[in-house]
Amino acid sequence: MQRFIVLRILQGLLAVFVISLIVFALSRVAGDPLAAILDDEAGKEQIERLRQSWGLDKPLHVQYFTYMRRLLTGDLGVSFRWDRPVLELIAERLPATIQLSAFALVVTGIIAFPIGVLSAVKKDSWFDAGGKMFAILGQSAPTFAVGLILMWVFAVQLGWLPTSGKGGIKHIILPGFALGYYNVAAIMRLTRSSMLDVLDTEYVKLARIKGIPEWKIVWKHCFRNALIGPLTYFSLIFAILITGSVVIETVFAWPGLGLMVIEAINSKDHIVVQAVVMLFALLYVGINIITDITYAYVDPRIRYNQ
Amino acid sequence: MTAVQTATDTILEVNNLKTYIFTRAATVKAVDGISFDLKKGETLGIVGESGCGKTMTALSLLRLVPRPAGRIVEGEIVLNGEDILQKSEDEMRDVRGRQISMILQDPQTSLNPVFTIGNQLREALGIAHRENKSSMLGRAVDALRKVNVAAPERRLDDYPHQMSGGMKQRVVGAIAMSCEPGIIIADEPTTALDVTIQLQYLRLLKEIQAETGLAIIFITHDFGVVARMCDRVAVMYAGRIIEQGDVRDIFSRPAHPYTQALINSVPKLEERVDRLYSIEGQPPLLSNLPEGCRFAPRCPYVSDRCLETYPTSIQLAEAHHADCWALHSDWEGTPIAEYVAPTGTTG
Repeated sequence: MQRFIVLRILQGLLAVFVISLIVFALSRVAGDPLAAILDDEAGKEQIERLRQSWGLDKPLHVQYFTYMRRLLTGDLGVSFRWDRPVLELIAERLPATIQLSAFALVVTGIIAFPIGVLSAVKKDSWFDAGGKMFAILGQSAPTFAVGLILMWVFAVQLGWLPTSGKGGIKHIILPGFALGYYNVAAIMRLTRSSMLDVLDTEYVKLARIKGIPEWKIVWKHCFRNALIGPLTYFSLIFAILITGSVVIETVFAWPGLGLMVIEAINSKDHIVVQAVVMLFALLYVGINIITDITYAYVDPRIRYNQ
Repeated sequence: MTAVQTATDTILEVNNLKTYIFTRAATVKAVDGISFDLKKGETLGIVGESGCGKTMTALSLLRLVPRPAGRIVEGEIVLNGEDILQKSEDEMRDVRGRQISMILQDPQTSLNPVFTIGNQLREALGIAHRENKSSMLGRAVDALRKVNVAAPERRLDDYPHQMSGGMKQRVVGAIAMSCEPGIIIADEPTTALDVTIQLQYLRLLKEIQAETGLAIIFITHDFGVVARMCDRVAVMYAGRIIEQGDVRDIFSRPAHPYTQALINSVPKLEERVDRLYSIEGQPPLLSNLPEGCRFAPRCPYVSDRCLETYPTSIQLAEAHHADCWALHSDWEGTPIAEYVAPTGTTG
């Protein structure tokens, strides 16, 4: 097990290295960063001075090492738009995004697993049909539309919840649900289909022969086996949460990283965009490692085959 | 043996059991009116080709016919004097595992891959005896020892994928026997094992049976296993039992043309043949059964009567019955050839 974890972390580091190369290359391919900041009236001399002071006159590989060295020491540069260190900005905005994503994730789990399991157990019943409708809606409606509809119904028409911004628990419900809905649908369908497979296995038959109560067969014998499928999907969920947060934070004016990225893009603040992309990539790799370790925990066959 | 004794010895009595599977296209008559009984400590073999309803019979006895398509539509299953078809689902859980248990065909898939052997064994034990964990651990070790698993203490923490097929099947056996049921249904328990392991496993079952007085229903298509294991045999064909009797009667005086053909199709060591014997044709579809005798289309003795009505049962010896018109005294067609047992077939 330990070897497996170490191996996964090493693989993760390799991935991060490749990503940093790509992010660096993209920021250079996107054009001269100076052109984006300085206006046409800037003199040649002025441009050259800035170029030198930022080290942009050096060869690319030297620039990369400088970038990486700074990255490792936590120096992500200074934002043009906000005129503050990027690290400080991220530290300020990240908690809001984590809060929203975590809420969306919990919503997903609480709704998706029970519905998925019950849909399989009560296959072809009205409950199953209802679940299917709910899932299709979630997977086909774009996140921003779900957000807007929820906002219109619960905030504008019913007035139960605030429309946007960050505050108490009431503020998180709508954006959290809107962000989680797509995943609810996906996980529910995955859980249902893997539960159906598991319910049909010989070991479930043996469990029934043993005389085990049906609820225990479902939640002990089947659920853990059925979890393996949806679990692989977990890292994908994270990707959806990241892209979703950019949309949902904008719709609900939620002051997180997503909203910050949109603001940075609008004002061509490449340094901020670059730093946030790098951060998302790091998080993504990290979540992948955690997923694989959880996977190995749930399914002992993976643990030992390594 | 007197009649009174027979009655008290009988642990299971199945009367006219019918289990159908309802699909959109047709009704599959998987089990279509079978009757048999089982005495304490006895081994009954149910023999037949694949798809003749053997496994569905077994699942019916536990009321675990796959739902919602499958349903027991008629009949009685009397276990220790009570018809289990009248029981509620809750009451059935007291029957499963504790009174009737079952060993499945494929040990590779019949253990849950994500729980340890100990966990799965303790679970089965826990249903029978509500006790604390530590004494259950002792029971789990005992249960494994009973089925000859070496170093059982260490095996408890193993996962199924860490064990060999033969070992897994022993564990399945230990689970099936953990609650000391009166009846075990063994559904081709050795088909998935290799030949040397098969023999060990059969011997183990026999030993446990001798110790505990367990009754076994042995489902197989292997006549060699039947000869080794069973006291009585029921031969199934297309959802019905067409002949049943003592294992000696069935092997030395098989009456039904199908039984004769089955026994003839077992290859013999001492005979050199160019072509192995086989029964011509295919069994009928269980969703489209013929009016009369189900074996008639393949039977060498077939007459019009066979095609019209299903033959009534005829008693040939004390516990030897067969469903065949040609055995009735008023039969006018070709008489069934006297069966000559080849020398040294059953050993």
